[in-house]
Amino acid sequence: MINSPFVRKSASVQQVMLKVLLALVPGIAAYVWFFGAGILVQLAIASAAALAGEAAMLAIRGKPKAIFLTDLSAIVTAWLIALTFPPIVPWWLTVTGTLLAVVVVKQLYGGLGQNPFNPAMAAFCLMIVAYPALMSQWPAAGQLDFGTQLKLIFGGLRDVDAITGATPLDALRTALRGATNPDSPFHGLRASQLQDGPAFGMMGGKGGEWVALGYLVGGLWLIQQRIITWHIPAAFCGALFVVAGLMWGLHPDGFASPLFHLASGGAMIGAFFILTDPVSGATTARGKLLFAAGAAVLTFVIRAFGAYPDGVAFATLLMNILVPIIDMKTQAPVFGHKKD
Amino acid sequence: MLRKLFKFHGGVKPQTNKTESTTAPIGQVPLPDRLVIPLHQAVGGHPRPLVAPGDKVFKGQRIGGADGNLSSAVHASTSGIVRDVAPALMPHTSGLEALSVIIEPDGDDAWGQLDTINFRSAPPDEVRDYLRDAGVVGLGGAVFPSYAKLKPGKEGRLKTLVINGAECEPFITCDDLLMRERAPEMLKGIIAMRHMLQAEEVLIGIEDNKPEAVAAVQAAIAASGETGIEAVAIPTRYPAGGAKQLIRVLTGIEVPHGRRSTDFGVQCFNVGTAFSIYEALEFGRPLISRVVTVAGNVNAPRNYDVLIGTPMDHLVRLAGPRADTDRYIMGGPMMGVRLPRFDVPVVKATNCILVGSAALFPAPAPEMPCIRCGECAKACPADLAPFEMYWFSRAKNFGKAQEYHLFDCIECGCCSFVCPSHIPLVDYFRFSKSEIWAREREKEAADAARDRFEFKNYRQEREKQEKAEKLAAKAAATREKVAAEGAAPAADAPSAPAAKPKPSVDPAKLALIEAAMEKARQQKAQAAPKNTEVAAPEIKAEMAAIDARREAAGADKPADAPPASGA
Repeated sequence: MINSPFVRKSASVQQVMLKVLLALVPGIAAYVWFFGAGILVQLAIASAAALAGEAAMLAIRGKPKAIFLTDLSAIVTAWLIALTFPPIVPWWLTVTGTLLAVVVVKQLYGGLGQNPFNPAMAAFCLMIVAYPALMSQWPAAGQLDFGTQLKLIFGGLRDVDAITGATPLDALRTALRGATNPDSPFHGLRASQLQDGPAFGMMGGKGGEWVALGYLVGGLWLIQQRIITWHIPAAFCGALFVVAGLMWGLHPDGFASPLFHLASGGAMIGAFFILTDPVSGATTARGKLLFAAGAAVLTFVIRAFGAYPDGVAFATLLMNILVPIIDMKTQAPVFGHKKD
Repeated sequence: MLRKLFKFHGGVKPQTNKTESTTAPIGQVPLPDRLVIPLHQAVGGHPRPLVAPGDKVFKGQRIGGADGNLSSAVHASTSGIVRDVAPALMPHTSGLEALSVIIEPDGDDAWGQLDTINFRSAPPDEVRDYLRDAGVVGLGGAVFPSYAKLKPGKEGRLKTLVINGAECEPFITCDDLLMRERAPEMLKGIIAMRHMLQAEEVLIGIEDNKPEAVAAVQAAIAASGETGIEAVAIPTRYPAGGAKQLIRVLTGIEVPHGRRSTDFGVQCFNVGTAFSIYEALEFGRPLISRVVTVAGNVNAPRNYDVLIGTPMDHLVRLAGPRADTDRYIMGGPMMGVRLPRFDVPVVKATNCILVGSAALFPAPAPEMPCIRCGECAKACPADLAPFEMYWFSRAKNFGKAQEYHLFDCIECGCCSFVCPSHIPLVDYFRFSKSEIWAREREKEAADAARDRFEFKNYRQEREKQEKAEKLAAKAAATREKVAAEGAAPAADAPSAPAAKPKPSVDPAKLALIEAAMEKARQQKAQAAPKNTEVAAPEIKAEMAAIDARREAAGADKPADAPPASGA
């Protein structure tokens, strides 16, 4: 016998995931516009791999397939992987990363809702450690046509280094480190001069900043739709701005501006789509603020002083580890126990 | 005047479905063939039956007497013959039976002698006893005996009396119609309650989707000329009608779980309760009927004035249930309980009979895993984290569930309502609560058993000791007597038995014996006058004669105190 309530709001996991996918569309559109349609191929490869991996694992685990394959959660993971990996990685790398995310990080931990780590970011970290060169090659905006991209993805073209460079984030860091070195070609250059280069746009990387804007628009729509709350994006962007601004203010020639940090790399997709993953992220209001601010600080530290092109993925995983304790220690007082 | 209102956290806005049942006035119900009146209809002790099969009862006659500290009387809803006093099926999901009085109406519907009471002149305790015996309980659904709530706090007065006319559950309109049609009478009940509670102000909270009710109550207040009573329209948001939520909205006060609202200077009553108090005080009519909404899968949803004990199907027939009807729900769709059968009786807690079908209330989609989206926490009016409590409830980690304030959950259903994974969260919390209660009961039973066992050991030990003492005392006395009697002819008696035990008895035992003897002497000294005091002169004489005989026989044993039974 079914107990009360006998009425329910028409909400479903599928609906939630669908809205997340829709919110990614503006960012994807900008991505295609500036960097070519190759990303669509990567999205398709990742989606197919995710569904295949999910189906196989559900069969092995004896779980109902129809309901879990259509909940769209695997597609969200797949899209985040495709969008955070370089768009020209070979297909097998996208497939391996996606399978790791879905099979190991998600299903082996118990499937939907059970993974302590963000599957897409765990895959990113594993892949960048395993294939640092392939995972660091980013084409500049408009540099590669679709045909070249397809050749790169499906293995027709091997010589990647010849045609692609590092991300603007990476390039700037390398240059800034060189600026203090008399032997470096970048010696004596300032951050502001470096950013006048062709790879840079108004705030971040050329093209990349528009993709970031697309994520921002989609993310704000998710807040309006009450799929995510403002806490994580606001705390992440705020903390990143403050930390980057502080270092930049103290040492403007040695650090990039805070706006550059916000508009570059995975900052926006991280703030609105990755850190906001409810399963692996903090859930209380205060916890979300702490969680996102911590991720922002770690992101900045990794970007400014680390060896990897971007810090969002590692920052996310590190903060995922802290989620249980953050949630436990930030439970809000319940009705009648608040201090007014 | 615009009053500053406060917000409670969370809440949901389900479709209200209220207009359909408010088009017609409160209807009357023809007498059914029989009434089944459960004796236990309110929170507290089970009332004892005061009638037996075959008894003739009049309308309003007490058939169940309040029993214990917290209990409320039950009355015959109409005149007729008691056919049986037997267990009958309750309007509850459990399908359990409870002792009920089954009355066959005689059709006269005749009231008996009704006593009234003047609440202004009678002592408050008498008024409370009167209301207890009139069976007045909270009609908002909690059926808590009202007399027990009509006590001002420690200060002897109250800041705010909150009257609950919010009626936030979808489909239910019984309070709405009662306010529309009976506002002046209800107001008189409120004035009486205000007097008993010495309340400074009265706030009548009504959700703003009931403008007619707000207007009717405001008109009644204006007509009465009373000051300090205000009807306040509050935002429509489920569960604004929860007592704690309404108190919060109107006064800003949050009454924590397990605390009395009077400690915060507030008390809350339902509008229907106010009307029942008026009926009881003004006319001496006990609570034998209430307004019930019949809504849902019926052709003509409507409110009826229903006698307590009326079989539900008798009532629902008037509203025209549709063919695909497969269930009755008592209450609303958010917190109501599905009933085991159609013919269970209307009780004091029945505010609504929600007629349901599979089409109207479809089964929820299959349950998915929790994705910790936090929708439930956003919707929770008790500021809980239901998804955390769910996790611990599922793992049967009840201690942790309690740490996350499981017992602050009011089971309003908001979390289940919003959950995108269709998890029946409230069911998990109900399960956890009942498991915890069951374990506590088990623990209490185990504790009691252990206590009993330990006490039994202690008692046996004590009895053994007492027996030993008594024996020792007796032995010593005998020896003494023997020694006294044989003082002169000491030479005849063998010296060994008299002298031998002496050294073998240790001094402690001797002291004990001495003490026991002293005690016995005292007892005797006390008992003798006590007995003679109550005894009649002739018995006294008889006793004196016995004493004399005893003395003469020289058989007065100090250890044998006179029997306590005496005369």
